[in-house]
Amino acid sequence: MESVELIYKAVYILVIFGITLLIATYSTYAERKVAAFIQDRVGPNRAGPFGLMQPLADAGKMFFKEEFIPAKSNRMLFIIGPGIAMIVACMSSAVIPFGDMLIIGGREIYLQAIEVNIGMLYIFGVVSLGVYGLMIGGWASNNKFSLLGAIRAASQNISYELAMGMSIIAILMMTGSLSLREIAEQQAGFNWNIWYQPLGFIIFLTCSFAETNRTPFDLPECETELIGGYHTEYSSMKLGLYLFAEYINIFVASAVMATLYFGAYNFPFMENLREAFSDPVVGNNVVTLIGVAVMFAKIFFFIFFFMWVRWTLPRFRYDQLMKLGWQILIPLAILNILLTGGGILLFD
Amino acid sequence: MAETYTSDFGTILLFLIGSVIFVMLGLFTAKLIRPHRPNPEKLTTYESGEEPIGNAWVQFNPRFYVVALIFIIFDVELAFLFPWATVFGRRELIEATNGAWGWFSLIEMFIFIGILILGLAYAWAKGHLDWIKPKPILPQSRSGIPPDVYRQFNARQEAKREA
Repeated sequence: MESVELIYKAVYILVIFGITLLIATYSTYAERKVAAFIQDRVGPNRAGPFGLMQPLADAGKMFFKEEFIPAKSNRMLFIIGPGIAMIVACMSSAVIPFGDMLIIGGREIYLQAIEVNIGMLYIFGVVSLGVYGLMIGGWASNNKFSLLGAIRAASQNISYELAMGMSIIAILMMTGSLSLREIAEQQAGFNWNIWYQPLGFIIFLTCSFAETNRTPFDLPECETELIGGYHTEYSSMKLGLYLFAEYINIFVASAVMATLYFGAYNFPFMENLREAFSDPVVGNNVVTLIGVAVMFAKIFFFIFFFMWVRWTLPRFRYDQLMKLGWQILIPLAILNILLTGGGILLFD
Repeated sequence: MAETYTSDFGTILLFLIGSVIFVMLGLFTAKLIRPHRPNPEKLTTYESGEEPIGNAWVQFNPRFYVVALIFIIFDVELAFLFPWATVFGRRELIEATNGAWGWFSLIEMFIFIGILILGLAYAWAKGHLDWIKPKPILPQSRSGIPPDVYRQFNARQEAKREA
């Protein structure tokens, strides 16, 4: 029995890894297509039909490019930096519930790699480790641009982490649980958290843009000021790891937003649909499979939203960014906690 | 319950091992198949095409020192808020105390957060939250040693480091 369990877990891990990497790979393609669409261009269309092979060609290029490690850099930290960024990004996708349970041959299978009762805290903790990758890489390059990028990354991340944590607290006060599966189950049907936490959602959304270093908060790699920011000196696969980690982070941030605020795999009238089937097992499986599709639709919408914003909004100035974080988002997040507390006691 | 904990976090360990292997495999494969022809020109530090001046590993002003201190205080506050938030909305606790539980714990937390808000307001009023400091304040110290001595000492250290 033990070994069967272990094999199941290994399969789960491989599947989650595969999904994460596939989505991150195709996010690069989607980004270029969305950019092209917004700027009224065609976008990549040479490699394969509609340019669908483009991400593979890009990955191949990353592998075959010559790499330089600057003579004056710290070699070991230079290699560890992108490694940390990538490892942390991969680990954060472990606890996301992609669907409810499937019943196959009397066996209940939850479509989630790992269920821990502190799922949200786990993601929050692991994601905030990602900044070490940027800082170590930026410092180890021994380049002034990289160093400036690393300093910006550090102060930006700590500034936005607070407001993010406080918006999670407001959610937690409502759900009373940090387990992502439980949070998802509580939002059955159309009872999504967004209806109760609109302010919290806006804060969380803004902070996740800042934590993933996406425009309008991409100051750490701001190419017009800092060449490439923290990855100025990077080339070949190590640059690839940094870029890839960013897309995985976007995927995880989208999945977390869908789970926390938009009901994860729940969709309206799911109970009616479940009862429409005479066999409860079939009904459950059909609803679960539609739920998985709904979950991915929500995730893809948020990934699209990340790209939409990138090609629409200009970048902030650094002092504006710090001001937004400390003087607007944190007071708003505290206000949100107080409002949520009062609301729960008055109306519940 | 303890057993499930270990097995869940065991799976996370598997995840960690998996991602480390993935990263190492990627870097190693790339190392095998890519060309490697370094020369001193390629290995210089990039500085907009100029000869790099000095070293980037100097003492620098991180600028967000006070911000980082405030961050730590608030982060610890978050660590206290998480367990509070899980028990705050418990129906059975509220019912057992006729609703007093909810208001009591909420007001208690208001006071706790209020003290921290005072700290934030102080830092705000003092201008520690501004990224651009309009007037840099040089620390003044009344010391019997003339400033020239320090300057000469620093210059000597600098010369030593360069050599």
